[in-house]
Amino acid sequence: MTNISMTVNGTAVEGAVEGRTLLSAFLREDLKLTGTHIGCDTSQCGACVVHMDGVAVKACTVLAADAAGAEVVTIEGMANADGSLGIVQQAFQDEHGLQCGFCTPGMVMSAEALLKENPSPTETEIRAYLEGNICRCTGYHNIVKAIQTAAARMQPVAAE
Amino acid sequence: MPKDNGIGASPKRREDVRFLMGRGNYTDDLNMVGQAYAVFVRSNIAHGAINSVRTDTAQAMPGVLAVYTGEDFAEVGGNPAGWYIESRDGTPMKEPKRPVLAHGKVRHLGDAYAAVIAETYQQAKDAAEAIEADIQELPAIMDMGAAIAGGPLVHDEIETNVCFDWGWIEDNRAATDEAIRNAPHVTTLELVNNRLVPNAMEPRASIGDYDPGTGDYRLHTTSQNPHLTRLLISAFVLGIPEHKLTVIAPDVGGGFGSKIYHYGEEALVLTAARKLGRPVRWTAERSESFLTDAHGRDHVTRIELATEADGTFIAIRTETMANVGAYLSNFSTATPTFLHGTLMAGNYTVPNVYVNVKAVFTNTAPVDAYRGAGRPEATYSIERVIDKAARELGIDPVEIRRKNFVKPEQFPFTSAAGLQYDIGDYDALMDKMSEVADLDGFEARRSESAAQGKLRGLGLNSYIEACGIAPSNLVGQLGSRVGLYDAATVRVNATGNLSVMVGAHSHGQGHETAFAQVVADMLGIAEDQIDIVHGDSSKIPFGMGTYGSRSIAVCGSAMVRATEKVIAKAKKIAAHMMEAAEGDVEFANGAFSIAGTDKSVAWGEVALKAYIPHNFPLEDIEPGLEETAFYDPANFTYPAGAYACEVEVDPETGKVELLSFVAADDFGNVINPMIVEGQVHGGLAQGIGQALIENCAYDANGQLLSGSYMDYAMPRADDVPMFQVDHSSQTPCTHNPLGVKGCGEAGAIGSPPAVVNAVIDALQSGGHNVSHIDMPLTPGRVWSAIHSAN
Repeated sequence: MTNISMTVNGTAVEGAVEGRTLLSAFLREDLKLTGTHIGCDTSQCGACVVHMDGVAVKACTVLAADAAGAEVVTIEGMANADGSLGIVQQAFQDEHGLQCGFCTPGMVMSAEALLKENPSPTETEIRAYLEGNICRCTGYHNIVKAIQTAAARMQPVAAE
Repeated sequence: MPKDNGIGASPKRREDVRFLMGRGNYTDDLNMVGQAYAVFVRSNIAHGAINSVRTDTAQAMPGVLAVYTGEDFAEVGGNPAGWYIESRDGTPMKEPKRPVLAHGKVRHLGDAYAAVIAETYQQAKDAAEAIEADIQELPAIMDMGAAIAGGPLVHDEIETNVCFDWGWIEDNRAATDEAIRNAPHVTTLELVNNRLVPNAMEPRASIGDYDPGTGDYRLHTTSQNPHLTRLLISAFVLGIPEHKLTVIAPDVGGGFGSKIYHYGEEALVLTAARKLGRPVRWTAERSESFLTDAHGRDHVTRIELATEADGTFIAIRTETMANVGAYLSNFSTATPTFLHGTLMAGNYTVPNVYVNVKAVFTNTAPVDAYRGAGRPEATYSIERVIDKAARELGIDPVEIRRKNFVKPEQFPFTSAAGLQYDIGDYDALMDKMSEVADLDGFEARRSESAAQGKLRGLGLNSYIEACGIAPSNLVGQLGSRVGLYDAATVRVNATGNLSVMVGAHSHGQGHETAFAQVVADMLGIAEDQIDIVHGDSSKIPFGMGTYGSRSIAVCGSAMVRATEKVIAKAKKIAAHMMEAAEGDVEFANGAFSIAGTDKSVAWGEVALKAYIPHNFPLEDIEPGLEETAFYDPANFTYPAGAYACEVEVDPETGKVELLSFVAADDFGNVINPMIVEGQVHGGLAQGIGQALIENCAYDANGQLLSGSYMDYAMPRADDVPMFQVDHSSQTPCTHNPLGVKGCGEAGAIGSPPAVVNAVIDALQSGGHNVSHIDMPLTPGRVWSAIHSAN
């Protein structure tokens, strides 16, 4: 077992993990942050996407020990300080961009990362970026709309 | 002007907030004090005789609490089939036992024959690898035709691989044969409805728990129907008294049918929890989902459509082989029969229909109802053969359908496949689809594509489905072993807000929002005063759960009836409070009043009075305000639609690009348009996925070639376009109180034939004489079809 420490959603955390323990397991089982979901075992579905040092990663493909010292943000850390939904989260609700909710945390984390990289993505760019996030419920239609809406809401007011 | 609340409005979904914050409670998110972990040991071959399973090494490994094998469950009951089918010769269907753990033989890749329980997941996983099984490999029977002809037996004791050989409707057989023999034109098509893996994004998971003090069992599980799961475990498999077992399906991450059924893992964690005296949990890895979730479709069909020279339909005859896999899953016998054959007349007045289905055991995972369940298979067969017939006869594909539609004045209409359609307007749907899809502009768009070297195709489809499953009386006569009513309890709390307990289960459908809209509308109170409770057998009345686009049509109707009872009783209480005759009380906008007077009492006052009955006339009015209703539908509901799809095919590579998809649906009245449209979008992606990329493939030895997301092509965001959906053509259902029909499966039912018809149209327009390609229409298949045609 290795002792590790990292920052998760702004809070310093520590734990003892086996070498093979995945970041997704550390978040879900040790920290009980169950918003990060496990939908596959081949790093394809994207339900476990979190941000590590500002970069979107699949938490099932990162060893917990390799995240030692990192700043990790999960879906639980995405709301506004007052507890209201963040811009991307709110856009997902407004556009009905989720149904069963299982892929949703990963979708939101990926969308956040996309909009940081590319504040005004085209529909094609959004669809291409979501290649690593699978949804079986929505047909992606309203997920794409939600990201477009979030992008528009994030534009500086001057853009009006 | 869109409404902003109640029926017909699109309030934002209340359940979204917890999902968006990472606060959902899916089964695997739950943690129990003292929990242990189960890992299953699964067959790595498709068919084999179990000689021995040595567990001693595993038993001795660190953290291991118990190891179970098929021997340990040899005496408990089998997981039963819920629908009895009789073959054409009058013999009963074959029902081999489906055990909790394989015993004697393993019959498909992934068939579990042992399970390890350990302190941690990793310990259980390590020990599972130390189980030494001596399993003698037997030849696998994978091909349905070979299985019917004989070959290795999946179940030796039934002496055949044919589960049943069913005819529908047997009395129509001779007339149909005769009509086809004498018809001026017969179009024949052989087609494969490809096997799909449901792939709800949440893998199945179960946690068993047992309280030795009370003898109570509790199962948290990924179920679409907690009461049905409880009944199956209690009455058939483990014999746990029903009142000592609570089944809770908390937040469930999609189901699409695959979570209707009871699976052996549920029985195992309950049994282990009792034996070990601590909670036992299991969560499927995605690989296990691919191997063991009930798959969908897998039909091979020969369909004949007989017509007059002018395109008037005379008869439809089909012969289908339906794969049921290695064991009968709970509704696997209903899916290829009464959810398929009864729809084989489509939207049409065709006078003769005869359907033959042979259900076949093979060494594959069980196949059962999935996202449309039989109806996609029926629609695909009919709508593909119609398209082929139209081409052969030189008739426009819109016109040949219109010519044969059941017309509005013909309803109620009994189809030649035996269902009585209550209402519909298929021409109106065709009109709406033609308008939204701009069919008039298609030739110009085709020319533009041609200028780019691409072949553009237009594909159409009209579908009908039987939803609102189901009238118990009717399905009982047809072989169902369960009733298919639903139930709701409306509890008005003393402070006036409501808890509504429903038998339906929401796993993406937004019931917590939409059901509250209905009750709010009826009572004239705010939606946020109403909580929808579902998924816990100890809280909700005995309803049958969610599948078959039944929730709002059946459970919603029960909820309406219970709310009506509440209103009736509240009026009695209000009459007492206002010292008026009950018949003079009017209820509107959340207030009770006496016409022609200024007397009025508010909803909240009546609710409070119900629980503080200080001066009640107790012989006339009981205290409390809570009512339950069970609702059994008089008929199925019949959603219908007209779909159009445009594709571009690159003749150099065979690649199909889906350019647009239009769905015009008639769902009757719509409670929440936003949710309804979302349901259609998801179904369309499934149907497009089936048509173009998805395929569950086994090799000849029964190894699964598409066992992960690396090789099973799930539709991704860039595989589908923005959809154009319309549900403004509404013919409200005639026999349920909300006039609703259900919308959950329409997209998956209506889209595959539209896509395939479009690709064939594109190829034909390019001079390639291709009349059919089996799904999925991958570039390789399309390219090969072009080249073999030329």
